[in-house]
Amino acid sequence: MNPWPFINGAYGVSVLFLAVAGGLSFARYRRARRRLAAAEKA
Amino acid sequence: MNEEVLSGTRPVRAGGWLHYLANPARFMRVAVPTLPWLSGIALLLCVVGIVWGYAIAPADWEQGDAARIMYVHVPAAWVAMVGYAALAVCSLLSIVWRHPLADIAAEEIGPVGAGFTAVCLISGSLWGKPMWGAYWVWDARLTSVLILFFLYLGHVALIRAFDNKAHGYRAAAILALAGAVNLPIIVYSVQWWNTLHQGNTISLSGGAKIYITMLYPLLISTLGFYLAFIAMVVARICAAICERKTASALLAAAERRA
Repeated sequence: MNPWPFINGAYGVSVLFLAVAGGLSFARYRRARRRLAAAEKA
Repeated sequence: MNEEVLSGTRPVRAGGWLHYLANPARFMRVAVPTLPWLSGIALLLCVVGIVWGYAIAPADWEQGDAARIMYVHVPAAWVAMVGYAALAVCSLLSIVWRHPLADIAAEEIGPVGAGFTAVCLISGSLWGKPMWGAYWVWDARLTSVLILFFLYLGHVALIRAFDNKAHGYRAAAILALAGAVNLPIIVYSVQWWNTLHQGNTISLSGGAKIYITMLYPLLISTLGFYLAFIAMVVARICAAICERKTASALLAAAERRA
C-alpha cells in the first residue's frame, strides 16, 4: 500500500489545525485588545 | 499553616510565582511582551520539525515512510496529555485557592487541548491504515486517548452548560480532576495490556530507542508543538481578560450616562 496519501493527510491535518487554531487565537487576542483600548478611550 | 520559607534574609512565599501571576493585570504585564517571542519561536520550531520529519529524516527500516507520521502524531499526543494535566492543575487551583485566573486558564486550555487530541487521533488513524490495515481498533491506548478527547469536550461543554458561570467552572473543574485518572492509564496502557499500539519509544528513564537522525526532528517538532500550545493558550487567556475588562468598562460607562 502506498503510504504517501496517509502521510500527506496526517501532515495536512496537523498543519491545518496549527494554522487555523493559531490564527483564530491571535485574531481573537488582537480584536479583544483593540476593543478594550476603544472602550477605555470612550 | 506557615507557607513562608526563609531564603537568605528575605522571606519568600512558597509557590509565590503562582500566586503572583494569579492576578490578571500582573499576568497581562508578563504575557503581552512575551507572546510575540513565544509565537515566533513556536512557529520556527514547528516549521523546522515538520519539514525535517516530512522531507529530510530517513525512512524507518521496518515501517518505511509511514513512520514519518510520528513527527506530528507523537508531539500532538504529548501536548494533549500535558495540556490535560495543566487543565487539572488549573482546576485544583480554582477549587482550592479560588484563583481568578485559574478558571479562565482552564476554560481556554479546553478547546486547544481538544484540538491537539483530535490531531493525535486522526494522524494515528492515518498511520494505522497502511500499518495495521485498519483506521481504528479498540486497543487500550487508542481507547484511552479517545476518552481523553471526550473529557476535553465534556469540560468545554460543562463550563457553558449553566446560566451561572461560576457553577459551570466548578462542575468542569470537578470533571477535569476526576478525569486526570485517565492520564496514567494512557501512559501505562501499553505496559498493562497487550496492545496493538507500539510501546514507548522514548522514556525519561530508559533513553530513546530511535536513531539520532529521527530523534532530533521529533524533539524539535515536540518543542514546537508545546510552545504553540502555550502561545495559543496565553493569547486566549489575554483575550478573555481583555474581553472581561471591556465589558466592565462599557458597563461603567453606561452607568455613568444613566
